[in-house]
Amino acid sequence: MTQMPPLVALVGNPNAGKSALFNALTGARQKIANYPGVTVERKSGRAAFADGRPVEMIDLPGAYSLDPDSLDEAVTRDVVLGKLEGHRRPDALLIVLDAGNLDNHLRFALELIAQGLPTVVALNMIDLAERDGLRLDVQILARALGVPVIETVAVRRRGLEPLMTALDQALNYPRPVTEPVAASFGAQNQRARDIARSAIISETTGRQWTRRLDAVLLHPVGGVVILLGLLFLMFQAVYGWSEAPIGWIESGFALLSDGIKNVLPDGLLRSFLTDGVIAGVGSVIVFLPQILILFLFILLLEASGYMTRAAFVMDRLMAAVGLSGHSFIPLLSSFACAIPGIMATRTIMDQKERLATILIAPLMTCSARLPVYTVIIGAFIPASSVGPGIGLQGLVLFGLYIAGILGAMLAAAVIQRFVTQSRTSSFLIEMPRYQWPRPGDIAINLWQRAWVFLRRAGTIIFAATIILWALLSFPKAPEGSNVSQVEYSVAGRIADGLEPIVRPIGFNHDIALALIPAMAAREVAVSALATVYAIDAADEDAAATSLGPKLAADWSLATALAFLAWFVFAPQCISTIAVTRRETNGWKWPIFMVSYLFALAYAAAGITYWTARSFGL
Amino acid sequence: MQLDHLPLNQIAVIRAIDWESLPDQEGHRLRSLGFEPGVTIEALHKGILMWRDPLAVRVGRMTVALRSNVAAAIDCTLPA
Repeated sequence: MTQMPPLVALVGNPNAGKSALFNALTGARQKIANYPGVTVERKSGRAAFADGRPVEMIDLPGAYSLDPDSLDEAVTRDVVLGKLEGHRRPDALLIVLDAGNLDNHLRFALELIAQGLPTVVALNMIDLAERDGLRLDVQILARALGVPVIETVAVRRRGLEPLMTALDQALNYPRPVTEPVAASFGAQNQRARDIARSAIISETTGRQWTRRLDAVLLHPVGGVVILLGLLFLMFQAVYGWSEAPIGWIESGFALLSDGIKNVLPDGLLRSFLTDGVIAGVGSVIVFLPQILILFLFILLLEASGYMTRAAFVMDRLMAAVGLSGHSFIPLLSSFACAIPGIMATRTIMDQKERLATILIAPLMTCSARLPVYTVIIGAFIPASSVGPGIGLQGLVLFGLYIAGILGAMLAAAVIQRFVTQSRTSSFLIEMPRYQWPRPGDIAINLWQRAWVFLRRAGTIIFAATIILWALLSFPKAPEGSNVSQVEYSVAGRIADGLEPIVRPIGFNHDIALALIPAMAAREVAVSALATVYAIDAADEDAAATSLGPKLAADWSLATALAFLAWFVFAPQCISTIAVTRRETNGWKWPIFMVSYLFALAYAAAGITYWTARSFGL
Repeated sequence: MQLDHLPLNQIAVIRAIDWESLPDQEGHRLRSLGFEPGVTIEALHKGILMWRDPLAVRVGRMTVALRSNVAAAIDCTLPA
């Protein structure tokens, strides 16, 4: 008889080190999916008891109580109470407590213990508590709570074995029902504080690293300078560090393409593989290094505890457009990709602010726009210097980022004033203690991001590229005809229909063609152009030269600038639209978002084009 | 004395919280973060440039950031 392994849910306050403990217990064997019916990420993994019996673990979203303030907290409550349809109730709870923060975290623990499930408490980050001068008596705590309490240091894998043993016992010998939890929040808080006080053996002020660091990082002037410096370093690194790995990936695909050309005879299959698959997917995978560097920075900022400080520093500026520091974190993530950014808005308590943040997130220059920007800037903007260490190309790129940010701020102000009609925003957040990010945890996270990106490249982008290749390759232009293959193809004819609409903003036939598949993902615009020119290339040599020079020969500067302006605002990415629909529970807001962004994009491209034309460009 | 007027690095005790004046959600979050009468509190840092808002305060053993309009609802007493 096969039996499902028991399900243990890790639950606790945010910043209790829950995810680190989850990583330590399950290793890299994790599955990421969604909870049924909601888009909250469900992380699960397998661990094993001492004798090898498996146990399934899930990492529930951090929460402060079973009375939810946010979507994440609602999922935690529903799972713990066994109310989430299509999800089995956990067989046991593993409550993760921050040892250094017992006074504030015990109340939620009491609420959880009162649910009557087999329960074990992990007194986590005990080393940090000791570093801060706190000594605790675990026995007293266990007696007061009525459940086993195990000291752990997740990041050093300390206490994991006793923890698994205690879980095993808790599952096998259900504890007697303990006293019911006090009715009022105030009484619960009181009891929590009494227990915390009784468990503390001694406390000295300790070294208070967090406080000293905060004096610098939250300094009224210095804090701003440091944040701007960090952001500058981050974007600098995205370009500076990625050059070499991008080169390797490019040469890898070039080798592969040459290899295929040597093996396969000229024909449909060869064209499919080299012009379609490799030109298309390759031109997107090239950006993996930049995306990973951006995510690395964001993960480090989060794991170290700095992210909430950045939110603190930015809060006042965000308030000027009706948002708050809460919005800063999802918006910063949106520079990597709007999808995790939009999902990160779930921690925003104020629903109007959350909606406004979702609606402007696509205006943050996501990494998928980089391919487009890089190719166009490389082809049209001279690599001249405008000052010591400042290149014109970099300046234009910086300008595009700024245009996106200003557009987002303007949009936020208008949306909060007229659409959500929000009166006030609020900012209320726990600032965790600083700690060194653990390389293993960062690596697991980074690997998960890379995998999501590659899966996207391998599915959506792959499919879009193939469909485009087919649309461009058929029907075949008659031999000896003076109409080019691209003009003659199905795609060329679709673009003919679109062209009159985009002609006024300076877009040519090729751009009209590239805009269609770019709906799948922005970076496809580049691979689409690459495929167009590869298929159209009369001979092998022309196909081998890169996209940039061809564009420079074919497009006017005004058209190129209008194309850039379009991509600052265009909502082109079906995944973003889909995630907006899921997160806002309907089509109303995604349709609003797409319309206002397309209108902005069209206007911006038009203004750019005609301004440039009037300067004779 | 209201929390937003408490001098930095001055340890005080929450005397009362004017829950009525706070939006439901903020009151609820404030409670779940452990703000209750009788709890020790200390203002640690104030926001950037000329705004000096939001505030970072220590409540129990935790650091919490909040805006001064919320802090104004929290009444503190200085220990004698």
